[in-house]
Amino acid sequence: MVLTSEAPPQQREPAPRWRRRRSGLNRPERIAGWLFVAPVIVLLTIFLLVPILMALWVSFTSWNGQGSPLRADVPFAGLDNYARLFARDGLTRQDFMTSIRNNLYYVLLVVPLQTVLALALALAVNQRLLKAKSFFRTAFYFPSITSSVAITVVFMFLFANSGAVNGVLAWFGIKGPNWFSDPRGLLHIILDAVGLVDIDNPPAVLANNELLGLSWWQWLSGPSVALCAIICLVVWTTSGTFMLMFLAALQNIPVELEEASLIDGATRWQYLRKVMLPMLKPTMFLVITLGLIGTWQVFDQVYVASKGNPAKTTLTPAYLSFRTAFLDLNFGTGAAIAFVLFAIIIVMTLIQRWVMRDRDVQRSRWFRFRRARSV
Amino acid sequence: MRTSHRVMAAAFLATAMVASASACGRGFDDTPEQQSGPADLEVLIGSSGQAETDAVQQAAAEWAAATGNKATVIPAQDLAQQLGQAFAGSNPPDVFYVEAGRFADYAKAGALLPYGSEIEDANDFYQSLRDTFTFDGQLYCIPKDFSTIAMQINTDLWAQAGLTEDDVPTTWEELRSVAERLKAAGITPIVIGDTRDRIGAFMVQAGGWIVSKDGTQATGDSPENLQALEFVKGLIADGLAVYPRDIDTGWGGEAFGKQLAAITFEGNWIKGALQNDFPDVKYTVHEMPAGPKGKGTLSFTVCWGISAKTQYREQAIDFVRHMVSAEQQIKFTEAFGVMPSRSSLRDQYLAKFPADEAFIAGAEYAQGPVKAPKMDSVLADFDAGLQQLATTDPKTLLENLQKNTEAALAG
Repeated sequence: MVLTSEAPPQQREPAPRWRRRRSGLNRPERIAGWLFVAPVIVLLTIFLLVPILMALWVSFTSWNGQGSPLRADVPFAGLDNYARLFARDGLTRQDFMTSIRNNLYYVLLVVPLQTVLALALALAVNQRLLKAKSFFRTAFYFPSITSSVAITVVFMFLFANSGAVNGVLAWFGIKGPNWFSDPRGLLHIILDAVGLVDIDNPPAVLANNELLGLSWWQWLSGPSVALCAIICLVVWTTSGTFMLMFLAALQNIPVELEEASLIDGATRWQYLRKVMLPMLKPTMFLVITLGLIGTWQVFDQVYVASKGNPAKTTLTPAYLSFRTAFLDLNFGTGAAIAFVLFAIIIVMTLIQRWVMRDRDVQRSRWFRFRRARSV
Repeated sequence: MRTSHRVMAAAFLATAMVASASACGRGFDDTPEQQSGPADLEVLIGSSGQAETDAVQQAAAEWAAATGNKATVIPAQDLAQQLGQAFAGSNPPDVFYVEAGRFADYAKAGALLPYGSEIEDANDFYQSLRDTFTFDGQLYCIPKDFSTIAMQINTDLWAQAGLTEDDVPTTWEELRSVAERLKAAGITPIVIGDTRDRIGAFMVQAGGWIVSKDGTQATGDSPENLQALEFVKGLIADGLAVYPRDIDTGWGGEAFGKQLAAITFEGNWIKGALQNDFPDVKYTVHEMPAGPKGKGTLSFTVCWGISAKTQYREQAIDFVRHMVSAEQQIKFTEAFGVMPSRSSLRDQYLAKFPADEAFIAGAEYAQGPVKAPKMDSVLADFDAGLQQLATTDPKTLLENLQKNTEAALAG
């Protein structure tokens, strides 16, 4: 934000001065600058860049985890590991596609839920009339600073068959499911409940046609009950962090704007939609981006709570990559999964950027055009 | 100006890469330099609990004191994962536990030193256990102990349903009929683990198994296996058997200890678990009921693996020799309730633990774990299918198993 607001004046300045300023750095200063950043560059190179490049290399080999992957006798597999994930019918592709399906439903539910919840919480604690504001802020933020492993263990107790969640449901006469051991998909359950399909006897057109190793019926399962428990957990944990971001942005909105809009006759709802939300757009972008990246990388909760069970419905690409590499000693395929996941995250973020791109310029030109015509 | 920055950055990168690559390259030779004299052995164990850790640590200390070496025993949090990482990091422990299910992967990857031929009395160990750790005709490592699955019966619940000693089921039909009587008395009859490591016993009793005897052919999709799965599915469908998760427990032993079911099928580890957590449960142990093709059960075992990369081969072999000696095995048996892997200790063991006869008897006809590389994810997939046995067609399950096993065995 800072950058964009400062950019225009710089551009308007005469070019020579800009150049002069750059060359104003003399040689010793430049060397000193490099010296100052050198430790970080070295650390990032050794612990980030080189391992990533090595992993990329491993994804093109069938290295078995013995010795260095850079030796000459490590068999080169070309695109074989990637072909196994997409093109070749087999268990690897089936597992990978199952994990993609699970994570897709996970992202579709977690990102909107946590964004809306975070915004709601931020609006709540931003109320000037609210008492004990700092207590609520701390309380809402607390899950974010607690270890995810500890939270997951607590949630396993909450969602146990005879746990608190099912206890509360029982007050209303609802018999809760066996949360962490129920592999039934949510969409399947809903479709079954409204009588569209029979869950034990899926329609042949869905069950017999397949796409990339999974039948349409499997693709359309929705998140399993077990995955829903993890979704609840994650939404509860992360919304605190994002609440903080929204809160910071909300406090940046000048009070005058609110007062002006209220004087102009806007209702609270109109103020929220027409004034506050546009002002929050950069933060919204940040929150959704971080949410997308974080949800595609979900690992700890799966590792602690379910290890992919029941019936692989909580398997995610990140966990599958770990399992394939370190437990099945199939490092090439494990690394390939990691890079496909990387590509997915990049593409999703680009799509999101495109969807949320700034369209104000075009629209205002359109408005001006219309206004001019109406006059 | 800009170019010079780029050149500098590239130089940084190149140096760093060469440095780290050469650092990785060191110590990767296939024949590690051997060191004689006092060794400093690192021993990684997948311990079943504090009792085992203490016993192994004490045994290691005794060996170290007697031979003048040093041995550090480290209990692993997650053995398979830690070993996988250690192999990849090229710095594995010298001696470690190898689970039978992972053995073929490690042996194929060349991570293990095949030292079986250097153990003089290797023939004393049960044939079925030695087979488990033989790869390409070589005995790679010596089994440290073993366990088998047997049937546990809660005597109180048994009596509550009006059943007596004579009603202990010895066949599938009897199992079904006592289960029906238990159910009629309002007792959950059977709790069975939702994995091939329990349900697989029924496949063995029906005469089937996942792979052929020599481990080279996939035999999952056989009528015998189908018969077994349909029998188990029938028990579940009629409410005669449940999975531990269905009654809010982690495994059969926990459900059995909480007296939520009258019958379970677990290995001899259940003794220690019940003694520690549920000392008041009264139960008896019996052999698994026989199926259409006779008796059948599953055996589980772990061996003392030695790293192919160790600098102390001789010392490591001597360490294992000490750990699997008859004298030491008896001590382990007393400390944490495992069964000795030496057949010569059978009678001595039975004299001490007469209640374990059913477990020991299983050694004669037990089926060992599937021994083939790359099979772990296939078996995990089969387990995922078994978790949904109640709503899945067993035929589909077995067809998938067959397809995946064939693919794994082929490459």
